[in-house]
Amino acid sequence: MSRKPKIAFYWCAGCGGCEESVIDMAEELLSVAEKADIVFWPIALDTRFEDVEALNDGDIDATFINGAIRLDEHVRVVQMLRRKSKRIIAHGTCAHLGGIIGLANLFDSRQLLECACRQVPGMDDPSAPLPETDPGDGQEGPTLAALLPEVKPLDRVVAVDAYIPGCPPTPETMAQAITDVIHGRLPEPGMVFAHRTALCRQCPRLDSKPDKIEITRFRRLYETHWDPEVCFLPQGLLCMGPVTRGGCDARCIRANMPCRGCFGPTERMNDFGSGAMALIASMMAGEDEATLARLVNSIADPTGLIYRYSLAASILGQGPGR
Amino acid sequence: MGTCKPKIVAFLCNWCAYDGADAAGRARLKIPSTVVEVRVMCSGQVDSGMVLNAFEAGAQGVMVLGCQPGDCHYKDGNVHAMKRMALLRAVLKPTRIDPRRIRLDWVSAGDGKRYARVAREMMDRIERLGPASGPPENEHQR
Repeated sequence: MSRKPKIAFYWCAGCGGCEESVIDMAEELLSVAEKADIVFWPIALDTRFEDVEALNDGDIDATFINGAIRLDEHVRVVQMLRRKSKRIIAHGTCAHLGGIIGLANLFDSRQLLECACRQVPGMDDPSAPLPETDPGDGQEGPTLAALLPEVKPLDRVVAVDAYIPGCPPTPETMAQAITDVIHGRLPEPGMVFAHRTALCRQCPRLDSKPDKIEITRFRRLYETHWDPEVCFLPQGLLCMGPVTRGGCDARCIRANMPCRGCFGPTERMNDFGSGAMALIASMMAGEDEATLARLVNSIADPTGLIYRYSLAASILGQGPGR
Repeated sequence: MGTCKPKIVAFLCNWCAYDGADAAGRARLKIPSTVVEVRVMCSGQVDSGMVLNAFEAGAQGVMVLGCQPGDCHYKDGNVHAMKRMALLRAVLKPTRIDPRRIRLDWVSAGDGKRYARVAREMMDRIERLGPASGPPENEHQR
């Protein structure tokens, strides 16, 4: 059978970096367009929802969805794509764990709109209108999509077959995932396009990581001159390498930046934040409450640091009515 | 109203706090009936994930009770507990789980009175805080 495989891409709530990870495949992308039918890719092609609706169920071989679920419209579209696709692949950290977008779950949606529309610097107008789903001019017509009460990772809304972690994923991983689909190798359910073990295993600085680390003060990058050859942790800089899934080729560390955890928890962990907390607590030097309190205070925004990418997937980021 | 008491999970270390709870029972001291005791080998074993799981399973409060400082059966397990809970409290601050719902304390073996007092105090505190629900109360909008 010479049927070209069908693939689709969709963008929910995200920054666009994941789309970039596809574009960054560069010339390889042209061969993808040759060997596969890209039936839906709103950012790059003039494809319509109606075109997808018109397909038979299960017609699309694989759909890559990036971004977190933020709007009611996202739910509608991904449910439709789920029906039409053999495989749904969560593409990037926001679809995988909620990502940076998921930090919005520290607030309710009303607070978010107030902050965005009424309290931004230079616009201190308590009576400024908030976006409503109905424009309210009494006319029939398009309505705005509504914010959901909370941000959700993709797999809380539809069944997800495979995950490509990363903020954004590497173009190499994207190329591998797409080539697999083109050659008819659909990912096994539950597959993650990354390593099973922690980033530390592939870290170029692993040799300089001591067995026991004791930190007396956590530092932020701008507060210190750090040695670019030595493990970040003994220098008081928080690196999430020990609890983060490898597979990124230590991109940030090679650029002299500590890991921020975008690949999410390793295979044996449930909640990224719990692992990160266990890591950090084990390195805190101090035996009494006052010292420990001072040490914890030296961490800027602990919630944002520890749950930077995974708040929406954790119990802390979910509303009570889950 | 108010007939159903909030559930509190108490992680008790095998060597001190569990024995303290046992002593409280033997002495027939009054302990709130919805305190669910979980026996662990050491308070230092209770990591943030276990505490969060208890909340996810519906607990309204969590106690971690270990040996008195300096008395740990494993030398410094309770210091580990101190580190973990200090960090967890800081992480919980802007979330929907109020850090006051976690109590770390020490109960010696045989000190039933202290166990009963800590459990009752915790129950009072949780009842005052009300159910852990609703959107996060958040003051860090700058």
